[in-house]
Amino acid sequence: MDVARDLDGALASLAAVPGADVLNGGTDLMVEINFGRKRPTAVIAIDRVAELRELSKNGTVRVGAGVTFTMLLERDHGSSALREAARTVGSPQIRNAATIGGNVATSSPAGDALPVLAALDAMVHLRSSRGGRVVPFRAFMTGPKKNVRAADELVTAIEWNDAGPAQVFMKVGTRNAMVIAVAGLALVADRVRGRIGVGLGSCGPTILRAPLAEAFAAGLFDEAGWRPFAPSTGACAEFGALIATAARPIDDVRGTAAYRRHVLAVMGARALARVAPIERTA
Amino acid sequence: MRIELRVNGSMRAAEARDGESLLSFLREELALPGSKNACEQGECGSCSVMLDGALVCSCLVLAGACAGKSVETVEALSTTETLHPIQQAFLDAGAVQCGFCTPGFIVATNALLATNPEPRDAEIREALSGNICRCTGYGKILEAVHAAARGVR
Repeated sequence: MDVARDLDGALASLAAVPGADVLNGGTDLMVEINFGRKRPTAVIAIDRVAELRELSKNGTVRVGAGVTFTMLLERDHGSSALREAARTVGSPQIRNAATIGGNVATSSPAGDALPVLAALDAMVHLRSSRGGRVVPFRAFMTGPKKNVRAADELVTAIEWNDAGPAQVFMKVGTRNAMVIAVAGLALVADRVRGRIGVGLGSCGPTILRAPLAEAFAAGLFDEAGWRPFAPSTGACAEFGALIATAARPIDDVRGTAAYRRHVLAVMGARALARVAPIERTA
Repeated sequence: MRIELRVNGSMRAAEARDGESLLSFLREELALPGSKNACEQGECGSCSVMLDGALVCSCLVLAGACAGKSVETVEALSTTETLHPIQQAFLDAGAVQCGFCTPGFIVATNALLATNPEPRDAEIREALSGNICRCTGYGKILEAVHAAARGVR
């Protein structure tokens, strides 16, 4: 058990014991421990590392790995879709403890922040005592609870270009609180950069993008000169259908693959209808 | 490892086992059984405590990482002789049946009223969404929180 006081201390501890379990909010790791699925030999607590709780916004948005979902919800920092996702995470108790860095490092396909980070084309900042590197989120996660973080590396921050207000997160689950997503969807329309991003959660082994749907929506936004517009019902349905084709869902206890494709099509259509009319500055 | 932390205003020290949760540490090492152990995965809220001023599930906190932190449990709210107004409101409203979830609800309600002294129904539902009750159907709990809000003001 090592309680890190600062980032250098945390990185030194991790270099000394590569593969040690990193503890921040504890909402993932403690479940593993409580259920006997994990008996950690070494734990490094990073929840007191102030550098990891920093937020900044200056064209690019940077969120430290130790920022909790409560902070994201209350500060409304740099992505309205991420704020909407934060609101659906667990319960007040969980949001007070759980962090965005933990969501990224755990890399569950059902991690609620992750479809937003995919849609934003976010970058994951990693540090070790050897140095630092930056990995696009789309290349970071490689499978369910698998990612490219090395045993001596720490996720330190997430960064993305401020995409403006035209973005949304939606999630289907069996109740409002404490629910693992059956399916999640984020849509980002960056009117300044002329970019559409779609991220899908709980619909494949990793967080998926939907390139055909993104290209289709970009065409609609192009036609409208990237100004606010009201898409036709048919266009929204087409967008939803293209999103459903991008999914690679499975049947599991939370839902069938067919149901997941269905709700993705419904959410996709609603997301486009909601995002397209949003003004450039909210 | 031996850890020292502030619990309900007093410094306490005890041995925390490897992987021991704060919930187990409070109950087993410090003999504070008010926080209840049910799901051990943060779903039910029965183990809710305040940790450095934030409402958390103590089952998801590693005791060994708590050295120097400050914890407030349900035991901080009342003495043996007198109930806290929130506890009295739960009793009066019939919001207590089997009682197992009650300490968690009391702690979560106290956290809510500290920041929002006049919560609306929707705000209460959201603030207590991490606490599960299998007896009451929540209606009387909502009544109790409203009554407690009137009493605490």
